[in-house]
Amino acid sequence: MSRTLIIAEHDGQTLNPSTWKCATCATAIGNEVDVVVLGSGIASIASDAATISGVNKVIAIDADHLKNPLAVNDAAEVVAIADNYSHILGPSTTFGRDLMPYIAAKLGVNQVTDISEVEGPYQFKRPIYAGNAIIDVSAPDNLTLVATVRVASWKAAGSDGSSEVENRDASAAASSHTRFVGVKSGGGERPDLQTAAKVVSGGRALGSKENFELVYSLADVMGAGAGASRAAVDAGYCPNEMQVGQTGKIISPDLYMAFGISGAIQHITGIKDAGTIVAVNKDGEAPIFEIADIGLVGDLFTVIPELKALLA
Amino acid sequence: MKILVGIKRVVDYNVRIRVKSDGSGIDTDGVKMSINPFDEIALEEALRIREAGNAEEVIVVSLGGNECQQQLRTGLAMGADRAIQIDTDEPLQPLAIAGAFLKIVEKEQPGLVILGKQAIDGDNSQTGQMLAALWDRPQATFASELVLNGETATVTREVDAGLETIEVDLPAVITVDLRLNVPRFVKLPDIMKAKRKPLDVIALSDLGVTTDNQLKTNSYAPPPVRQKGIMVEDAAQLVAELKTRGLV
Repeated sequence: MSRTLIIAEHDGQTLNPSTWKCATCATAIGNEVDVVVLGSGIASIASDAATISGVNKVIAIDADHLKNPLAVNDAAEVVAIADNYSHILGPSTTFGRDLMPYIAAKLGVNQVTDISEVEGPYQFKRPIYAGNAIIDVSAPDNLTLVATVRVASWKAAGSDGSSEVENRDASAAASSHTRFVGVKSGGGERPDLQTAAKVVSGGRALGSKENFELVYSLADVMGAGAGASRAAVDAGYCPNEMQVGQTGKIISPDLYMAFGISGAIQHITGIKDAGTIVAVNKDGEAPIFEIADIGLVGDLFTVIPELKALLA
Repeated sequence: MKILVGIKRVVDYNVRIRVKSDGSGIDTDGVKMSINPFDEIALEEALRIREAGNAEEVIVVSLGGNECQQQLRTGLAMGADRAIQIDTDEPLQPLAIAGAFLKIVEKEQPGLVILGKQAIDGDNSQTGQMLAALWDRPQATFASELVLNGETATVTREVDAGLETIEVDLPAVITVDLRLNVPRFVKLPDIMKAKRKPLDVIALSDLGVTTDNQLKTNSYAPPPVRQKGIMVEDAAQLVAELKTRGLV
C-alpha cells in the first residue's frame, strides 16, 4: 500500500514549519499523506496539522510521557503504526535526525538522509560531503522507506487543508532508561533561524560579545533572524544555536546578510540555498565575495549603523 | 567500565573533494585520509573519562579494509588501550555497521559506546541511533556535555532550540557534537608506543551480520555553483539594490 506518514515536529505549543516542508516533499513522492502528532496536550497542534495542504488525515497520540520528544518513546508509537505506510518521513532538524534512524533500525531498513529532490517514490537526490557532492540514490521498493527531508531544500506546503484528526491512545509506556531533564534556549524573541525569511549573521570580525549587539539590532530593524559563523560561536561571542554552516544550521532564507564573515567552506555549506546573499567585509579578497549576490567592501562598524538608519 | 569508540576513516576535512568526471564516485586517489573529526572528539571524551578514573579501558573499533588500521593506530597513539578492525571490503551502510557494532558490544559489554554524531563523508548521522535501537539501550545524540554519575549519565545535547539535557541509564550510546571537547595532539613517542598495542582483526563474515537492504547510489554530481554577483560601493547603494529586488 502506498501511503506516506509524516512525523510532526513541535515544541509543545506550535507546529514547526519543518512539518509543512515535509508535506511538500511527501506530495512530490505522490502518495496519500497522513501526519502523526506525538505529545501531551496537543489538540491545537493537531488542528494546525490538519490545515496543511495535501494531508489526508492527522493522527494525534496524546500521552504524558510524550510531552518531550525522546526518540525511544516517539519511535515506539511510530513503529506501532508503521505497517500502514510505505513511506515514513521526518525533518532533517535535530528532532528528525535523532528520531528517524532509530525508527529505521527498528524496521530493519537503512534511512535515506536529507532528501533534497524526489526523482521517484524510491529514488531521490541528497547531498553528501557537506553539500560538495549530490548523489542520486535508490532504496528497495519492497521495504518501508524511512527518510529525513532536507528542510532547506523544500518550500512550505500551503495551509488550506481541512483533514480529520483521529485521536489515539499511546500504544507503549514510557521508557524507563531515558529521562528528559530540561531545555535551555540562549536565543531571544527573534524569528527562528531555520524558518526566517531574512537572516543577519556576524563573524569573528565583530570582535566581542558586546559588539554582536550590532548584528542583533540590525536583525531587529529588519525583522530578521540572527546567525553567526562557527568562528564567532567558538570565540564565545554568541550562543551555539546561532551557528550557521555545515556543523550548525543549514538554512535557506530569501535574504542572507553576512557581516565580517570570510566565507569558509563550512559556512558556505550552510547558506548555499539562500535566495540572495549579501556580504560585507573589510577584506576585498574574502572568499565569501565569490558566492555573494551583492558584495560591499567596507567596515561593518560603519556599514551596519548606516544600514540601520536607512532601513528604520 | 569499558568504553567503545567508533572510528571511521574519511577524506581529511581540509581536502576539497572532487566528483569524478564520469559521475561514478568521489576522487580519493592520493587524497589525505584521517579519522572522522567527530570520532576524534568521541575518543578524546572516552580518554578523559578513563583519565578521571571512571573507566578502565578504551577500545577503538573501525570497519573497513586494512587501510583503516592507520586510523586505528592513530587512535591508539591518542591513548586508546586496544583496537578492533572489523575486516570488510564491502562499502557498508549504517544499519549493517550498527549491526556489526552490536556484535562487538555483546562481546565486550561496554558501559558506554561513544560515536561521532555523523561522518563528514556520507553525512548520514544514523549509526549511533541505529545501534541504540538494535541494542535496546538509551541514546543521547549531539552531546556537548557528558557527566557520569555512577549508573547514569547526564547529557547536554545541542538541539535546534538550544541546549537540551537528558538523563540516561548506562550502558548507553552517546554521539558527540563539535563543542564537547578539543581533541589532543598525538606526540611522536605515543606513535611508537601505539605500534605495540593490540589490534585485533575480526572478519565481518564471522560476525553473522546481514548486509542486505542497502541503498543503491546511482550517480554522483557536483553541486550547482552559485555565480559571483555584483559589488556595491556603500550602504545606500546596497539598500537601493535590496529595494530593487524587493527584499526590504
